[in-house]
Amino acid sequence: MKEFTCIICPNGCHVTIDDNGNITGNGCPRGLAYVKQESTHPLRTVTSTCKVVGSNKCRVVPCKTETAIPKERIFDCMKEIKKVEVKLPIKLHQILIEDVCETGVNVIATKGIE
Amino acid sequence: MSNEVIYDSIVIGGGVIGCSIARYLSRFKGSFLVIERHNDVGDETSSANSAIVHSGYDPKPGTLKARFNVEGNRMMENLASELDVPYKKIGSITIALNDDDLATLKSLKERAIINGVDAEFLTKEETITIEPNINKNIVGSLYCKDAGIISPFSLTVSLMENAMDNGVYLKLNTEIVEIKKEGDVYRVKDQNGNFYSAKTLINATGVNSEVVTKYLEEPSFHITPTKGEYILLDHFNTQWVKHTLFMCPSKVGKGVLVSPTTSYNYIVGPSATLTEIGDTSCDADTYAFLREKAKNLVDNIPYFETIKGFAGVRANNDREDFIIEESNKNPGFFLVCGIMSPGLASSPAIGKYVSELVKTKLNLKENKKFNPRIRPHKNLLEMNLNSYNALIKQEPDFGHFVCRCEKVSEGEIEDVINRNCGAHTIRGVRKRTRAGFGKCQGTFCQLEVLKILSKELHIDMKEINYGDLGTNILISDSKEEK
Amino acid sequence: MENIELAIIGGGSAGLAAAISAYDNGVKNIVIFEREDRLGGILNQCIHNGFGLHTFKEELTGPEYAARFIDEFNKRGIEAKLNTLVLSLSKEKILTYSNSKEGVTQVKAQSVIFAAGCNERTRGQILIPGNRPKGVFTAGLAQKYLNIEGYLVGKNIYILGSGDIGLIMARRMTLEGCKVIGVSELMPYSNGLNRNIVQCLQDYNIPLKLHNTVTRIFGKDKLEAIEICDVDDKLRPIKGHEEIIKCDCLLLSVGLYPFNVLLNQAGVEVNMKTKGSAVDQNLETSIDGVFSCGNVLHVHDLVDFVSEEGTLAGKNASVYIKNPDRKISCIVNVNSGNNLGYVLPNRIRVTDDLKEVTFSFRVRKPIKKGTIYIKDGDAIIKKQFKSFLIPSEMEHVVLKDVDFKTFTELTVSVEETI
Repeated sequence: MKEFTCIICPNGCHVTIDDNGNITGNGCPRGLAYVKQESTHPLRTVTSTCKVVGSNKCRVVPCKTETAIPKERIFDCMKEIKKVEVKLPIKLHQILIEDVCETGVNVIATKGIE
Repeated sequence: MSNEVIYDSIVIGGGVIGCSIARYLSRFKGSFLVIERHNDVGDETSSANSAIVHSGYDPKPGTLKARFNVEGNRMMENLASELDVPYKKIGSITIALNDDDLATLKSLKERAIINGVDAEFLTKEETITIEPNINKNIVGSLYCKDAGIISPFSLTVSLMENAMDNGVYLKLNTEIVEIKKEGDVYRVKDQNGNFYSAKTLINATGVNSEVVTKYLEEPSFHITPTKGEYILLDHFNTQWVKHTLFMCPSKVGKGVLVSPTTSYNYIVGPSATLTEIGDTSCDADTYAFLREKAKNLVDNIPYFETIKGFAGVRANNDREDFIIEESNKNPGFFLVCGIMSPGLASSPAIGKYVSELVKTKLNLKENKKFNPRIRPHKNLLEMNLNSYNALIKQEPDFGHFVCRCEKVSEGEIEDVINRNCGAHTIRGVRKRTRAGFGKCQGTFCQLEVLKILSKELHIDMKEINYGDLGTNILISDSKEEK
Repeated sequence: MENIELAIIGGGSAGLAAAISAYDNGVKNIVIFEREDRLGGILNQCIHNGFGLHTFKEELTGPEYAARFIDEFNKRGIEAKLNTLVLSLSKEKILTYSNSKEGVTQVKAQSVIFAAGCNERTRGQILIPGNRPKGVFTAGLAQKYLNIEGYLVGKNIYILGSGDIGLIMARRMTLEGCKVIGVSELMPYSNGLNRNIVQCLQDYNIPLKLHNTVTRIFGKDKLEAIEICDVDDKLRPIKGHEEIIKCDCLLLSVGLYPFNVLLNQAGVEVNMKTKGSAVDQNLETSIDGVFSCGNVLHVHDLVDFVSEEGTLAGKNASVYIKNPDRKISCIVNVNSGNNLGYVLPNRIRVTDDLKEVTFSFRVRKPIKKGTIYIKDGDAIIKKQFKSFLIPSEMEHVVLKDVDFKTFTELTVSVEETI
């Protein structure tokens, strides 16, 4: 049996899935969908910073995975982010890592810097 | 410094007393060295006290405390002007809550007369007139016009800066672990095995002075370290309390006071608990004790204006007086130990007196080049606007304010870094400019201060310490290889 | 002395929205005074996402949200003085400010919008006992060091406070390779969003201790350890429930408060519950033509509401500038009643064209099922059912289609329905 706190709305319904895959406790269909995803294939957006080189004004640029990636790949993704060294100028949403850890998702800059 | 050099005098201890001695020594021609174990001067008791320049009615007549307190109080205004140290003679009010207190005030007044201090009785109404927010249950008070407040950090640093301007050497991060006499010369050894020699040695190590004396001889005194905790309030209202307010002194000491500070804050404290050397921790029970006691002085103290609590350890001792004397067993070894309250107020007089002991001992000549004044500081709140704007035209960094709470500019911070005894740590900048001292405690300006220190000292930001060595704020780059 | 129409103190989310709104409502002579070297305020360091769901129907990171407003701001060519600190503001709306180019200068504004944001409560303010070593930071300062400058301030972290800032930093430090040992929360419930409990703590197996706090700090120069302790219903530490935790960094997420100093010194009336200014329904303070919005008025949890509030302030400032002598019929005071931490506005200045008033408030404790009441004395003016009210979420209730002139004194309260 697995337990989840639904995060879709402030109600925070306490949802459980028994060993047969029956879901109880959700207050709405959005919650049902969320828990189904969470229990089978949880996804997360990763936000972090990438190292900027060649500038004495700026050392890091904020970045994110363009969409959510599998939760179990978070630390692998962080390892790849750590390797990045990017030079100025950086465009907003510039791709910093293409297809990070073969998730099909890019890591993009969330700030443009001249 | 190589160990062939024999200084005329080595002062062990860079607190307000050691720095004062150094500054007054620099009036004479000679070679003088101050050895301080921390990464800055004035890091211990000198930075954690009531910041009061006591008028001198309180010490028992005939004691060294009485003598040096009164003399120091008289010297302070002039010294503060020479050293550009924030100082205000705001006067003190010692309250009486009952007839016993009134009797105590009478004996204090008698003491004042003997000590040569102005003190006058005020009625309840007169007290409330000059101090409207005082506890309305008082029955009378003793008013001393000559009590003042001072910035203890600024005083200590500026004393040392002036000493260094006039030729005194300073060695930080140096702790003396051994003292030997070899013939006529004192040889001290530090924690790294380096030796320093001098004809005379001055022990001004505060709470540690018994320990340090023991390196050479059996001390004739015993330090009883006494911790005082304080609560610091924000500058919410410059008219809330206008004088230093004391309760009637008890056997334990002057008790809890409420006072404005030269930084426009208010201070509540101190407590007095026997402790170990180096214990500057604060306790929840003591905060409650302070709040309880302070009720006797002022109604409705706004504790939501609290900035922080802090503590310092006083060098109380079994003589219950200052120990300022040349050692009987070891001529040329001067003890300036157990400088408890009113040590800060007494510091100019002690410095002058001890320097003259050394002068007589070694027959030192006058230093004709002695300049008693330091280069003035440039702070918006202490200059007139036109002068300040003229300064900004020459040095634009003075127009860029980095500390919002205390109105400290980039230019002012650069200036205190680039002086003798200059700042090279976060705490050092805070002591000298008040950047980081305010309500937000550096939440906004600490990063800016790190950047300025890094730029002026030409070192990486990760190497800048908060205080002592090894207290760097920034541990690592976020993307460094591990 | 130079004269300007509108001075906006603060170029963060509130100030930017106010500037854009005032401009769009006809005020062209606007100056933003911003202390930092860039616009955007706290959004610049909030690199996580969750911003803009209401405003843009998208989930953006802080910098992306800020960029949207900065773009609109730049398109209109509004002036912003960066690296500029406002030193004081007088009742006559004279600003004294300073930067390295102009020196200390004064300017007179017809109207002022105060959008200076808020500060974090520090270790010193809550008087945590123990030593005062380096290694104790507010969560926001650690966030700034990491996200703007790229530095870590510790390796073994403990966090006090489970508000969103603390939770976000728990995840952030973990992702950067630090060990986040745990989080203590004084209250018996977390103040943060459920989403953050799940995605910042549960995802990384970071334990959360409720009804627990830090009772002592150890370490002479550098932080070495902390003592945490369970607390009782009155939030007092329970003897025997202490635990020592070795760590080199303690992050504090123990509350925010408005940085209202400039207005306090100008003599504005203060709302003692929020410590921000007391305002009317137009966000106007007790000084005519001086408005307050954003975190400096009351601390927000959603930047979308900050932008809305800034937009409202900008519009109202433009109305004031066009017509500073408005005809006010009467003033109705507004009080916070049962179960409310505070309510804004503090008073309603009734004009003939007043149609509706939106009240903002926070409850003092979590309320599962509640009824929001707006009463005039004992008379119920409005009743609204609402579930899942919590202190960490700002609530709103609108009053319209009423004759405000008939009210004596309003009280907003929430009653629990069992």
